[in-house]
Amino acid sequence: MLNPDVLKARIEQALPGAQVELRDTTGTGDHFEARVVSPTFAGLSMVEQHQQVYGPLKDVLQTGELHALALKTYTPEQWSKVKR
Amino acid sequence: MINDALKARFDKEISENPIVIYMKGSALFPQCGFSAKTVSLLQPLGKLYTVNVLAEPDVRDGIKAYSNWPTIPQVFIRGKFVGGCDIVTELAERGELEAMIKG
Repeated sequence: MLNPDVLKARIEQALPGAQVELRDTTGTGDHFEARVVSPTFAGLSMVEQHQQVYGPLKDVLQTGELHALALKTYTPEQWSKVKR
Repeated sequence: MINDALKARFDKEISENPIVIYMKGSALFPQCGFSAKTVSLLQPLGKLYTVNVLAEPDVRDGIKAYSNWPTIPQVFIRGKFVGGCDIVTELAERGELEAMIKG
């Protein structure tokens, strides 16, 4: 059972300035969805953006403690368009 | 972990088949919601070559190292790593998936 605040903090630490919204989708502490908005994503492909988020969570993904993380990644510019 | 034989196998599968999915279960009987969704998005667009990672634990670990991607399913289109269920969904929503397959 993973604490969403811990996951959120890890992503924020790896991507300074990122806005992270995290939700436990099943209530079981192993399936989450996240929306990450970060200026670091500028110029990166979607695969590369997701890899940046997976990076700081590699250990819990490997052990299966984190079974699924549905991801949406945006640069601040992209996110301001999506929000409208 | 990935050895040379496994890497050669992935290279071959990915270069010889336009749409490859490393997934849990088969296209007919997916054993995970994310794998099922990925199959359902790609199936109308062409012939799928799927590999059931649950049947082959070394493939399950190996493909993660091969593509530097920590989750299953994993999709390769025309020899290139595309991503997992989220990215395939996003590409389908943007209408870009079909163009990638047709090339």
